[in-house]
Amino acid sequence: MSAVAEAVSTDKTDIAVSVNDVTKIYPGGVEALNDMTIQFPKGELTSLLGPSGCGKTTLLKIIAGLLEPTSGSVTVNGKNVTGPGKERAFVFQDFALMPWASVLRNAAFGLELQGVAKSERHAIAEKYIDAVGLKGYENLYPHELSGGMRQRVGLARALAVNAEVLLMDEPFSAVDEQTRRKFQEDLLTVVDDEQKTFIFVTHSIEEAVYVSQSIALLLPRPSRVSEIIRPDIRRDISPDAIRRDPVYLDIVERIWKGLRTYVE
Amino acid sequence: MKLFGIKIPMMASLIMWAIIWEVVGRLELSILLPPFSNIVMRLFEIVPTATFFSAFWITAKCFIIGTGIAILIGIPMGVLMGRSIVFDRMMLPWVNMFLSAPLTALVPVLMTLFGFGTKTIILTTVLFAVWIIVLDARAGVKNITPSLVEMTKSFQANFWQAFTKVYVWAALPEILAGIRLGAIRSVKGVIIGQLLVSVVGFGRLFELYSSNFLMEHMWALLFVLFFFAFLIAEGLGVLERKFEYYAASRN
Amino acid sequence: MSSFLKHPLTLRLLSVIIAAGAWEYLGRIPISPAFPTFLQTMSALGGMIADGSMVSVYPATFQPLLIGLIISSILGIACGVFMGLNAKAEWFGAPVFIVLQSAPLAALIPLLTFAYGIGLTSKILTVCIMSMPVIVLNAYSAVRHTPTSMIEMGRSYLGSSRQIILKIIIPAASPVIYAGLRLGAAMGFIGAILAELLITPTGIGDLITYNQSIAEYDKMYAAIFSIMAFAVIFIEILERTEYFFFRPDKRVTQ
Repeated sequence: MSAVAEAVSTDKTDIAVSVNDVTKIYPGGVEALNDMTIQFPKGELTSLLGPSGCGKTTLLKIIAGLLEPTSGSVTVNGKNVTGPGKERAFVFQDFALMPWASVLRNAAFGLELQGVAKSERHAIAEKYIDAVGLKGYENLYPHELSGGMRQRVGLARALAVNAEVLLMDEPFSAVDEQTRRKFQEDLLTVVDDEQKTFIFVTHSIEEAVYVSQSIALLLPRPSRVSEIIRPDIRRDISPDAIRRDPVYLDIVERIWKGLRTYVE
Repeated sequence: MKLFGIKIPMMASLIMWAIIWEVVGRLELSILLPPFSNIVMRLFEIVPTATFFSAFWITAKCFIIGTGIAILIGIPMGVLMGRSIVFDRMMLPWVNMFLSAPLTALVPVLMTLFGFGTKTIILTTVLFAVWIIVLDARAGVKNITPSLVEMTKSFQANFWQAFTKVYVWAALPEILAGIRLGAIRSVKGVIIGQLLVSVVGFGRLFELYSSNFLMEHMWALLFVLFFFAFLIAEGLGVLERKFEYYAASRN
Repeated sequence: MSSFLKHPLTLRLLSVIIAAGAWEYLGRIPISPAFPTFLQTMSALGGMIADGSMVSVYPATFQPLLIGLIISSILGIACGVFMGLNAKAEWFGAPVFIVLQSAPLAALIPLLTFAYGIGLTSKILTVCIMSMPVIVLNAYSAVRHTPTSMIEMGRSYLGSSRQIILKIIIPAASPVIYAGLRLGAAMGFIGAILAELLITPTGIGDLITYNQSIAEYDKMYAAIFSIMAFAVIFIEILERTEYFFFRPDKRVTQ
């Protein structure tokens, strides 16, 4: 089984996002990233996993173009990142939905900002609202939805702009455990269907192992990529079986051993 | 703001305004604005006088008594409203009403009932300050974590114990915010009261200066008032921020 | 039975009855010859509405109030939003308004009268100085405290500065801006009545002082009652307009 997974990954050697020697020092002297280099293969979901303070969210925001690196560069499809771009879409930890806008307007908001005509952008948004399982909720407002449903709107908004790279910043951390599991399963379906590159920040080992094709393990002080792990778990069995699979459990255990010294 | 790489504190812009004022004053564009420097000189001239001091003393007395009464009534009332749903439903409409009602219209009533003296001014001050203190104390008590209330009940505290040992302390950040806002309103109330009564304190000085067209005197007086109002608001603001940790660790 | 007794409307009615009863009782003692009973005040109110003497004074009160409120709303929100968006404007303007908000600006009224006479201008300016600081500061701090992730969202989906301001920052700030407008309107009412009592008696202020001077206390109380009720209703209506224009989400749940 693991041989198959290896073979699949070596087929996709295209690099979607490449981070080259990026250093980020915040005003005040806090060093969040130190000379970080990492590459994200096209069409895969890569997790950035690490304890708090390892700079994973900073890295994601630099890739998104929301933060400027102090030195170093980021390229997406070979082009230098100088700011936010059409080929990248961001999913926020706190959803960043507009409370005064309906689900439909929120999901279509990325297109609205691009100046897409109303009927067209609503048609596209409706398609993705359906894809994330919120059909029938189009006219509700965020405060009428549960946390999990709100993040689905955030995901629909990101998918609707049809970006090649989806950047997800701890998207499920504000969602309760049960919803979170269902969401992780649905995310795997979206990854299969959409043929996009996903960069996924999380602090949950189980979540990273479950959803990722590859995991970049980041360690703090100084922040660095300590290891790239490809969890070769079986994808042809049921979600519950995966969570009991010895391979899955071994990888979780191995990562935990690597991280535990960094948890106070 | 930064200038040439040096961070300039925000309040420094007031110096800029003073300079602009001085220039406008020197240009004699409006009788309303005498040069800033003249006002400052006048300030040092009138502040040591006995008339000024007695006016200031009356104002301070009315302010302190008025705010004190407002706090003593406001906090228990707010706590009670936060804890008793029946009392809350009966009182909240009144509190909200007085918060947005033009209280100046009530001053003539106070004058007919209590005369043209400090009593009316103190009551005006109370009337201006008390409602926001009630509302904030109520909000503070409503924000207390339910488990803290349950803890109090599980140890069988009586109402007095619960009030003095738990509720007031747990609601402290909001209560302090209410006191600060109440004090700001108090200052406005104490001045409005004196303007309308107009025979005591600063009210009398305003009458005196404006009937004699003494612009510089007037502004000097206003500067003193604004300065003290600002000092009170900021002082209470500092106190409030000292207790902010409280609100953060409460949940 | 107990749920009926605890119903908000029952309790509100009960508290109105208690307050009116207490007023009536105190008036009948009487605590002062200048303190009419509740019923006397209400009948005076009815009489003044019926003979038109109440309604006819309101335009005079409203003119400076509305003009003043419109000026300070437009100017105040513009100033506040600009200060929230622009660091230089913030540095220059915010301290002034912070000082003015805590200052007893009513003390400027004698100056205004001196400079602009006893006419409409002074009254409009009185309303403006009373209502503007809180409107400016609320607009300013609302814009300054727009959630960072909301602005990042706008940037990451390639919103222009104009789009981010109009589609994200302003709607996100609208509840606090409206709270400022409400507080500003309340201060504006205080200013309008103060101007009428202090500068020259016109409108409802005239009705209050005139009836006070001829010792028709029931009519004086009725006039005060009417303006206070009016202010409360006015501000209530203002609050509803927010839901209507900016917050469809709140409208749905009402």
